[in-house]
Amino acid sequence: MTTTADRTAGDLTAGDTVLAIGTKKGLWFASSSDREGWTLSQPHFLMREVPSVALDAREGKVRILTGVRSEHWGPTVAHSEDWGATWVEPDHGAIQFPADTGAALERIWQLQPDSADRPGVVWAGCEPISVWKSTDGGQHFELSRGLWDHPHRSAWGAGYGGAAVHSVSPDPTDDQQVHVAMSTGGVYRTLDGGKSWAPHNNGISAYFMPDPNPEFGQCVHKIARDATDPNRLYAQNHHGVYRSDDAGQSWQSIADGLPSDFGFVMLAHPRNGDTVWVIPLVADGERIPPEGKLAVHRSQDGGKTWSRFDTGLPTSCFNAVLRDAAAVDSQDPTGVYFGTRDGTVYASKDGGESFSTVAEHLPDILCVRAVRVP
Amino acid sequence: MSGPAEDRSGQVNIRLPRMLADEAGGVRQLSLELRRDSTVGSLLAELADRYPILGRRLRDETGALRRFVNVYLDGEDVRQLAGLQTPVKVGDEVSILQSVAGG
Repeated sequence: MTTTADRTAGDLTAGDTVLAIGTKKGLWFASSSDREGWTLSQPHFLMREVPSVALDAREGKVRILTGVRSEHWGPTVAHSEDWGATWVEPDHGAIQFPADTGAALERIWQLQPDSADRPGVVWAGCEPISVWKSTDGGQHFELSRGLWDHPHRSAWGAGYGGAAVHSVSPDPTDDQQVHVAMSTGGVYRTLDGGKSWAPHNNGISAYFMPDPNPEFGQCVHKIARDATDPNRLYAQNHHGVYRSDDAGQSWQSIADGLPSDFGFVMLAHPRNGDTVWVIPLVADGERIPPEGKLAVHRSQDGGKTWSRFDTGLPTSCFNAVLRDAAAVDSQDPTGVYFGTRDGTVYASKDGGESFSTVAEHLPDILCVRAVRVP
Repeated sequence: MSGPAEDRSGQVNIRLPRMLADEAGGVRQLSLELRRDSTVGSLLAELADRYPILGRRLRDETGALRRFVNVYLDGEDVRQLAGLQTPVKVGDEVSILQSVAGG
C-alpha cells in the first residue's frame, strides 16, 4: 500500500528504506520501514526531468545528488542532505564544460559515487559524451580530458536517447581503473585514473554496423561490476548480454537461457559474486517485455543459467524499463527495485523473486536508487 | 540594479518569467544601467554576473541562448534581429520568456 506525504517522504527513522525515483517530470521519494508499504513524497523539480540520481551514504549521512534538466532552462546538478527539504546548486554549476572545448552540457546521465574508502569521489557520465570526476562530494566536477580528446570521438555516435556516457564503474580495488560505457561507442577503460582511455569491446556485437565486430562503436546499454571479482563485468548490449572475466578485454555471451538478448538493465548484487539481474525486452524494434509479461531474470552463476520471476508483476505490460530505472539496495535479502515508462515502480525484498507496487501513474521512470537510512 | 519604481533614463527594463523569479532574488522585473555599446548579449552577461544561476538558465556555457528561451526587445524576437548582438538603447524593454516546448 502506498500513501502520500510531504516533500520529504514522511518521517524517516534509521533503518527505513528510501527510494529516489527520477522521472520525466520530476523527482519523488518513497520510504518504507518494511519494504512493502511505501509512503510517496510530493514531487521535487516538478516539470523538469531527472535522468540521474545518487544516494551517497558513505559518510554516515545521505547526500542526494540529482542531475536535473529543463527543456527550457538546461541541465544542472543539485544536492540535498535533508531529504530534499532544501536543494543546493552551485552558482556556477557543478558540471560546466571548459571554454576551450566549445561544448555545452546537455544532460547528466549518470552520477556514481565511488567506493566507500574514497569518500567525496563521485563520477558523472554526461551528454555530450564525457566523463567527469568530483572529489568534493559532487559540488564540482572536472572533465576527463583523456576521454574528451580521444581520437575516436569523431566516430562515436548517438543512440536514440542522445550521445552520452551513461555508465561509470570505478574499480573498488584499484583507484586508477575505471570502466565507462557510452552509446554509441561501447566500453572504454582507463588504467591511469582517467588520463587515457582504450576501447574494450572485443566480443560485443554491433550488428547495426557494416563490420559487426568493430573495435568500438557498440551500443552497450549498461555495464555492472561483479561484487567479488573486480575484473568481472557484465553488459546488457543493444542485442547481446555479455560477461567479461578480464576487465573488459574480452566478452563472452551469457544470453543463453534468456527469452531475449535485448534490454537496458544490468544489475549486480552488492555482495554476492556471480549474481546479476536483467529485464529483457523483445527486440530493438519491439521494446516491450516478451509476450507483454513483465519479468525479471536473475543469474546466480555468472550468467550460465537464468531464473525468471514475475510474481507481483503485470501480465499485460507494454512498456520498457530504462537503463537506470532499476537498482538494488544493500540489505539482506537484497532489495530489487525498478520502474517502467508508464510510471509504475516495483519493489522486491527477496532478491527479485516477488514484487509489490511502490507507486503508479508517475511520469516515465528514468532512474531509481535505493538507500537505507543510517 | 534597482527596482522598477526607481527606473530612470539610462536604464533598460528586463522582465523575467515567473519560473525564474527565484533565481533573480524573487523579482520578475529589474533594471540595468545601459552602456553606450550595450547589446542583448552584454545585458545577459551582466545579469549572469549578478545572478549566476539565472545566467545559466538563460545561456549555456558557450554563451549561446538556450534553444527554448526567447528574448524579445520591445516585442521583437531578437533571433529575428541580430541575436545576442542586437543593440539595446535607453528605454527599451527586454522580455525573457520560455517558448512553447515539452509535453
